[in-house]
Amino acid sequence: MSLFFDRWQQLKRDPRVVWAAYIALAALLVALPFVTDWAFGRAWVRILAFALLYIMLALGLNIVVGYAGLLDLGYVAFFAVGAYFYALLASPQFGIHLPFWLLLPLGAAIACTFGVLLGAPTLRLRGDYLAIVTLGFGEIIRIFLVNLNAPINITNGPQGINLIDPIKLGGFSLAQTHPALGLSFPAVYNYYYLFLALTLAVIFFSIRLEDSRIGRAWVAIREDEVAAAAMGINTRNVKLLAFAMGASFGGVSGGLFAGFQGFVSPESFTIIESIMILCMVVLGGMGHIPGVVLGTVLLVVLPEALRYLGPLQQALFGRVLADPADLRLLVFGLALILVMLLRPSGLWPSTVRRRELSADEDVARQEQATVYDASR
Amino acid sequence: MMQAADAPLLEATGISKRFGGLTALSEVSVTVKRGEIFGLIGPNGAGKTTLFNVLTGLYRPDGGEFVFGGVRMTGMKPHRVAECGIARTFQNIRLFANMTALENVMVGRHVRTRAGVIGAILRDGATRNEEAAIASRARELLEYVGIAGRAAELAHALPYGDQRRLEIARALATGPGLLALDEPAAGMNATETAELRRLLERVRGDGVTLLLIEHDVKLVMGLCDRVAVLDYGKKIAEGAPVEVKRDPAVIEAYLGGTVA
Repeated sequence: MSLFFDRWQQLKRDPRVVWAAYIALAALLVALPFVTDWAFGRAWVRILAFALLYIMLALGLNIVVGYAGLLDLGYVAFFAVGAYFYALLASPQFGIHLPFWLLLPLGAAIACTFGVLLGAPTLRLRGDYLAIVTLGFGEIIRIFLVNLNAPINITNGPQGINLIDPIKLGGFSLAQTHPALGLSFPAVYNYYYLFLALTLAVIFFSIRLEDSRIGRAWVAIREDEVAAAAMGINTRNVKLLAFAMGASFGGVSGGLFAGFQGFVSPESFTIIESIMILCMVVLGGMGHIPGVVLGTVLLVVLPEALRYLGPLQQALFGRVLADPADLRLLVFGLALILVMLLRPSGLWPSTVRRRELSADEDVARQEQATVYDASR
Repeated sequence: MMQAADAPLLEATGISKRFGGLTALSEVSVTVKRGEIFGLIGPNGAGKTTLFNVLTGLYRPDGGEFVFGGVRMTGMKPHRVAECGIARTFQNIRLFANMTALENVMVGRHVRTRAGVIGAILRDGATRNEEAAIASRARELLEYVGIAGRAAELAHALPYGDQRRLEIARALATGPGLLALDEPAAGMNATETAELRRLLERVRGDGVTLLLIEHDVKLVMGLCDRVAVLDYGKKIAEGAPVEVKRDPAVIEAYLGGTVA
């Protein structure tokens, strides 16, 4: 076992192995829609595209919750802002049809502004109180979207906005099937590739931010806000920066969502969505990018896969014993509880977090604490 | 250098702080000269840490002023205080527990560096240079306090004495003119205390003024140039350790009249 482990460690350091792994991963990601379509059907390619959207969202929330340690329960508000911004400026609602390349950065900027606006009043709050207030803000945005149809109709209320322009890159419409290289690329495939590229960009931004002066300041605030301030970190600005960055990732994701769906309504932005995104961050391992990606993929794919429980029962018992919709939530809840019990720091935590929760060190730390107390 | 050594670096005048009905500090004035080691002593609850918290911007004083290096600092936010050159450690160590020792010290450089989000993402030449400078300065400081071998370990996993050292390294990383230490020798054995004393003398030798709260009488008497004694939020004595030690009010209040 340890021989295998040593060998693995050795392999991990070999640059040729690392490059080979990256190339294999890239090939897999490129081929994924074709393979998935062939094996599970086109609906699953759509699920993959959604998984990518959620990865962007989760990585945005990861900055706020995972790095800066600010428990935000209203994060979906920024997803909503991004989605409605795109929907309003690229649909028959106002007859405005702005191009995608303009809407994407503008949407990020608007969401970023909302991040600062909603973040500013919460700066003095911590923990539970912050969670409650952000939860309220999330709901306020949704309720605005529901009610901004009178006296002037802006959001079209609960009916939502329909016929949103599909995403077009120059003259290339993602909503049409394009033939290339002897293969045909249907709409879902095109969206998948666009989302993949943007997800990779978001991952890149996250990695760069994590390992930077700003990233360290975020983590310092998470670890001890008082000490961080005493070390010269302007906690107000640095926290606002976390809200702003997190929100802009959410805004980008929202814009893509609107263009992809062609329809937005307030229903997509309920509190349960915020909680889902938080679950994705926590399940995989807060503050650890690969963990967050893994958590998100699982939480998007698992509920979809559990839909097959109905037909499975039919095949096994000749009838459906338990409604798959109920069963889905049951299994889902059970899975979450198991993860929290067995892997409290997430499925794939960063090495730091793993060490933090290892039993030996806990004992050592307790002993240290005792020595400290005894001497006082 | 001799003239400069006499100039006051920190002047606190009439500092008062009340918590509800409790007067934690009443009209406390202290003057710390450039380059000295100034001790702040007094029984538990005398208001030493409160004074520290007021000086470092964690509390707003209800009265009084303090001037540091010619700048009026009363009511400044903690990060501004650090920017102006006062760094501190905490009585109950407050490290960034889940960051490595090196990262802890690197955070200390935050206030003297500039890179923002754009720099972090683009990682341009200037940002790369700055990052390299931050890391190398942090390594130097770990070496300086004698825990270079522990750079990659998590702060909470360090032995107690090393945590105290790490806190000092982190504070020094902010490039302070005044280093305020809240009971740095608490919980240390005789050997560790002796090492700490050498370290603090070295810090002073490198041009940093020290203000320290300490219970270890031997350390205070041996290390400090001057001390002030607080009791029930009031300053009851100030002067050279030898004089203060003989002061009847001090013996009465702090030493309980039993220590020769």
